[in-house]
This record gives sequence, C-alpha cells and structure tokens, in this order.
Amino acid sequence: MTAIELRNVTKKFATADGGTYTAIEDLSLTVEDGQFCAVVGPTGCGKSTTLTLISGLERPSRGEALVHGEQVRGIDTSTGFVFQQDAVFPWRSVLDNVAAGPVYRGASRSEATALARDWLRRVGLSGFEDRYPHQLSGGMRKRVALAQSLINQPRVLLMDEPFSALDVQTRAIMSTELLNLWDQTKPAVVFVTHDLEEAIALADKVVVITAGPGTVKAEFEIDLPRPRIVQEIRFDPRFTQLYEQIWEALRAEVAEAYARTTGATEVAS
Amino acid sequence: MIDTPTQPQTVAAPRPDVPVDGATSSTPSAPSARTRARRRRTVLAGARLAIVVVLLATWQACVNAKIVDPFFWGEPEGVWADLRDWFTVGTSQGSLGAQILVTLEEAVLGFIIGSILGVVCGIALGRVRLLSELFAPFLKAANSIPRIILGSIFTVAFGFGIQSKVILAVVLVFFGVFFNAFQGAREVDRNLIANARLLGASRWQVTRGVVLPSAFTWILASLHISFGFALIGALVGEILGANQGLGLLIRSSQNNFDMNGVLAGMVLVAVIALAAEALITLLERRLLRWRPPQTHGGAAVE
Repeated sequence: MTAIELRNVTKKFATADGGTYTAIEDLSLTVEDGQFCAVVGPTGCGKSTTLTLISGLERPSRGEALVHGEQVRGIDTSTGFVFQQDAVFPWRSVLDNVAAGPVYRGASRSEATALARDWLRRVGLSGFEDRYPHQLSGGMRKRVALAQSLINQPRVLLMDEPFSALDVQTRAIMSTELLNLWDQTKPAVVFVTHDLEEAIALADKVVVITAGPGTVKAEFEIDLPRPRIVQEIRFDPRFTQLYEQIWEALRAEVAEAYARTTGATEVAS
Repeated sequence: MIDTPTQPQTVAAPRPDVPVDGATSSTPSAPSARTRARRRRTVLAGARLAIVVVLLATWQACVNAKIVDPFFWGEPEGVWADLRDWFTVGTSQGSLGAQILVTLEEAVLGFIIGSILGVVCGIALGRVRLLSELFAPFLKAANSIPRIILGSIFTVAFGFGIQSKVILAVVLVFFGVFFNAFQGAREVDRNLIANARLLGASRWQVTRGVVLPSAFTWILASLHISFGFALIGALVGEILGANQGLGLLIRSSQNNFDMNGVLAGMVLVAVIALAAEALITLLERRLLRWRPPQTHGGAAVE
C-alpha cells in the first residue's frame, strides 16, 4: 500500500522583500509502506520542504500531499519527525523527553515511563535516564530524538538530515542502528540527506532532486541485500556501481547549486 | 522606563574553581589550583572590606575635620548610632522589626502578584497573535508613562494602608516581567514547538511544556531587577503617605532634618535588596538546572 504520496506539489514562500520564493515545483513522489526512501539533492533544493509538507507543518501552494490515501490537512500525529538540529527538550531529563509523546497522547505517567525505559534500552541509553540533554554527546542526543519519535510507533517517519551534525564514525554507527530500529517497526521512511553514500547505504530507493526549485530528477532502486551494515556495505561492488550511476544524475545539480552560491562554474568532483 | 527587555545572561563570570590568571604550570611544589583559588578569594574579600573601611573612615575624618557638614550629609558614626538605637530601643513608629516586616510584605506581595500577572500576560500575548496586535500599543503607551506618579493616586484612592503600596509595586513590577515574558515567548525555538506538536501536544501543552520553560530564562533575568522595583514601589508609597514602614521612617527622619536616619534607612533597604537578590539567584539555579553550567544565568556575584 502507498504510505506517502506527493502529487505535483509546489511550495512558494513569501520573502522578506515582498517577493515569492519557489522552494519546490511540480514535485511528485510516492513511498510504499515499509519502504526506506532517501532524498538527495544539493543544498537549498527544497529537500526539507518536502518533509514539512508530508508532516503537515506546511501546506502545499499547489498539488496535494497524501498520507495513507488521505490528504494531509494539519499535523498528523501518526507521523514521526527527526529534526536536523536538536529538537529534544533541554529542560527535560532523557526519560521525560522520550516519555513526552505517550503523555501528550493521553497515556498515564507510569505507562509512559515504562515504555520510555524500554525505548531507551533499545537505543542503548539505559542508565542515562536522569541526564539532561546538555550532558550527552551529539550522538546520544540523536538517540534520544530517535527514541522520542519511534516510541509513538509512527507509520511514517520523516528524517531531515538527522546525522549531519555528527562526526563520520558516529554517523556510520548511528546509521546501522537506525536500520535495526527501522526493522523493528518498519514505518515508511523519507530520509533527506545531501550525502549520497549515506543515502545508498540506508535506502530501498534514492530520489535525486534538482537544484532549486526542486523537482524529481531521477529515482533509483537500491537492490543491495538487507540486513546491511552501513560501515561495510560501501565495499560491495554493487554499491560502487549504484554510486556511479546516481552521482551521474546528481553531479550536474550539485554543480548548478554551487555555481549559484559562489559564481563558480565548475565543481571539483 | 524599561522598553527593551533585559537580555538573559548567557555568559557568566569565570567560575571560582577555575584559575583566572591562566597559569597552567604544574610544578609539583606549586600549591594546587583549588588552594590558590581559595587564597585568591580570601584576598579579594579582604580587599573589598578594606575599601569599605577606607571610604567610611575618610568620610568620618572629613566630618571631624569640618570639611563635610554632617547636617546635610550625615556621618558614619551617627548612622551607626541610629541603627543601634532602632534595633535596641525601637523607632518612633514602634519596633524596627515591625517596620521592616510591613515594607517587606508590601514589596513581596507586589513582586509576586506583578510577576505572575506579567508572566501570564506576556506569554498570552506572545502566543496569541491577535491579542498582541490588539494590546501591544496600549502596553507600549502605558510603559512610557512615569508610573511612579500613580503612587499619588493610589495613596488617595486606597488609603494609608498596605493596599496602595502593593498596587504601586505591582504596577512597577508588571512591565519589566511582561516585556521579558513576551519576548521570551516569541523567541522559542520553532523546531521545539514543531517537535512537540508532532509528538501530539495540544496547543495548551505546547504553551505549558515548551513556551513557558523556554521563556523562563528571559523571565528569570527580569525578576532580578523586578524585586528592586517592588521595593521602590513600597518605599515610595510609604513616603507618599503611610502609618508604618521603612519609607515612613525615612520620611520622618527627613522631616526632622536627621540625615543619619535617612542613611540608616537606606542601609536597611540595601540589606533587604541584597538578601532578596541572593534568594532569586538560588531560585534561578534551581529552575535552570537543565542548562549547561557555564551558561547558568543570574548575577554571578562571586
């Protein structure tokens, strides 16, 4: 069944000087139930905007966004969202952060706490329940964010460059753990990133977005076997093949976006 | 008076247990950083005490040498004598404790009521756009009025009792807290609000669980100044007309041309203000426990 569908959506924003800025234009995208879809594109191509449309944080200017066949009209709480920057609540302990979702949804405090402890165990943060976010490393805070989102058992999980602030090693470890967690509940995932390696290592399908205004340039099925270990999958010859194929599509867009920001014409690749 | 919100303090003074002079030599015979820091603190405290002693002694010496006229400017010995009299014998209005308690009651009541009103109104206007569009011009206008003058009206309308002073203190406290709460409510990280809503929070839950704690940094910054305003409200109210209180004590000293009495009253008020400041700093430490230590707001006095 189709979990997420964007039909020819366009999103325009009003700019400060009174004009409009088109973030994405005529973009169509479908993600099946249980499918892991990675969206790659150059900086400023409207990748994050697609997520805000699916989550209901923003409405499309034209076209429609559907989740499980129904038009998105407001914030849908069956959708989980992991933000690029830290969005965990700094004044709540780790446990209270993870328990927030169930409490907001009407669970009793003891139920929510028990569930939160279980999820903290799954993301490997047992023993850190009473810490405040500022006492954790960046990778640990991401685990809190993941647990906070996954505890609500979302049918759709949206991730906006969630690991971009992490160092390379932590990032690879977190990616592998994300795949394990995803495997437990199998939501449909849209994972936005500008890192093509990360996209291929994680996803069933990679969608390349053009330099802004963003629209779909090409889609690629990733037929690498699962379960995958992100740190090792890149040595697979098939990985290299896919990388070359997709990079071919991505390169022009990256060059275009780069030229726009710097005035340069060629990008070192 | 206060139309720009007080910025929450983000960088505190160097922490006392860190050597400030930057010396990092680790000769085994050198005293440990902790010992040196403690010694430094003791020396600092001694130096401060010395400054006070020197100032007071100079003042007294000038009076004794007839350079300064104690009739107009008072003298340390006289201030001390007045304070001792008030403590041991009592004041012309009754015991000193009673006067302090009355003023304290007015200031604390005004502070609490004014702060709560300020926080509620600030958050409400910060969260509901229509409310802020409707009321912002009125509040700006009200803020530009020299509100201390309202004390005259309150004294006439509410009489010589505690009520008129509390209301004046409330009016003075409200605006400082209000503008900070308002600013704080508007500066909440958009991501945090979006995250709470996606996790299933209702509008009210977002206000209580995200906007309020996040604005607290701003609100607490304003509370430091606000207790001072509450105290001013109580004192001015008492000077304008009262039966009891430190303000009245200062006023009657002035009427008797007893400058030492005025200064003694000032000393008492300063002690109250400092004690309140210490309590607010404690409250702040407690409420902002979740923040990283180097950004603990508040007046780092040490």
